[in-house]
Amino acid sequence: MLIDMIGGLGQKGMAAIIALGRAGFMLMHALVGRPQLRKHFPLLIQQLHVVGVQSVAIILVSGLFIGMVLALQGYNVLVDFGAEGSLGPLVSLSLLRELGPVVTALLFAGRAGSALTAELGLMKATEQLSSLEMMGIDPLRRVVAPRFWAGLLSMPLLAFMFSLVGIWGAKLVGVDWLGVDQGEFWSGMQAAVDWQEDVVQGFIKSLVFALLVTWIALFNGIDAEPTAAGISQGTTRTVVHSSLAVLGSDFILTAVMFG
Amino acid sequence: MKYSKLEFSVGCFMLAGIGALLLLAFKVAGLTSNGQGETYTLYAKFDNIGGLKVRSPVKVGGVVVGRVSGISLDPQDQVPLVTLTLNKEVGQFAESSTATILTSGLLGEQYLGLNPGFADEEMGIGVLADGDTIADTQSALILEELIGKFIYSIGDN
Repeated sequence: MLIDMIGGLGQKGMAAIIALGRAGFMLMHALVGRPQLRKHFPLLIQQLHVVGVQSVAIILVSGLFIGMVLALQGYNVLVDFGAEGSLGPLVSLSLLRELGPVVTALLFAGRAGSALTAELGLMKATEQLSSLEMMGIDPLRRVVAPRFWAGLLSMPLLAFMFSLVGIWGAKLVGVDWLGVDQGEFWSGMQAAVDWQEDVVQGFIKSLVFALLVTWIALFNGIDAEPTAAGISQGTTRTVVHSSLAVLGSDFILTAVMFG
Repeated sequence: MKYSKLEFSVGCFMLAGIGALLLLAFKVAGLTSNGQGETYTLYAKFDNIGGLKVRSPVKVGGVVVGRVSGISLDPQDQVPLVTLTLNKEVGQFAESSTATILTSGLLGEQYLGLNPGFADEEMGIGVLADGDTIADTQSALILEELIGKFIYSIGDN
């Protein structure tokens, strides 16, 4: 009984490490090799459209609302201390350092990551990937690589848009509605936000999140069992694993960069 | 022409993302090009720098003229040595200038205030060149020390 339990635990651990190894192989195989720019560039553009452009709307709307809520909540606390001039730094720092990269990554995992997994899983189930292989085309290079690069390229851009729109939403609520002084709002923000400390490190964060989310999504698609239940499991796994990976790595990155 | 609409939308997306980055850099982070202007370095030794940090502003009469670029302990005198990086365009300061560590507001950030002195060749007072040390400095006011002294002086009476 106890030995069975320990054995099961060991098996699960082994399976996790084997999956990690397969994921590493998949990524390496997809990315390493002679680039065929003329053939792969149109594919990249198409994936950028699917992964990036089509995510813009949800990113902008959620960024706007998060900025507005931050300003409203922050104002209610700060006004008690007569410090509503600190609203600008509060909103801009929390958006640039944390909320921009993290919420973008979570939305991206739900909006684009799950779609990537489902697409790849169905390609596998309907044996499109095997037929590509039969035709002598490496499916990892042709199908996985453009999706990976598209995710890696578009997530930082989406995070910038998210932060910018969030700050604009905070300005709408704070300055135009609640009556925080406009000069104080902007100058406080410019004094508090540092280019390298905040903007560049937020960019690094979103690059890491992009890598994690797209990698997890693609691997779960490739690795999904080629059945309806398998695809649905893979999609769920993508969202769960990538959300956890984003939040966990966010803690580590914050501890390393700002700690 | 099937791709052109797709490519157009992706191009717009990239432009919007890079535009957002530029807006964040210049409007939110207040990144300006004068940080890349020509600078020169001065040193100042203090007894106590309080809460002064690297990148704290150096101000003359409230105008930012440079930044604190380094803080270390002088190995010979065992006192803090502050490195100031000043913009060349604000000109040079006389050797009789004084450096003081000040606080903006009661609880605000600490910064380094420069008080320009006068240069007089007949009296042998020149200007501070690159790499010189400001001789006349005044340490930070530490609120806790002040309160301690105050309570001590009340006890004496």
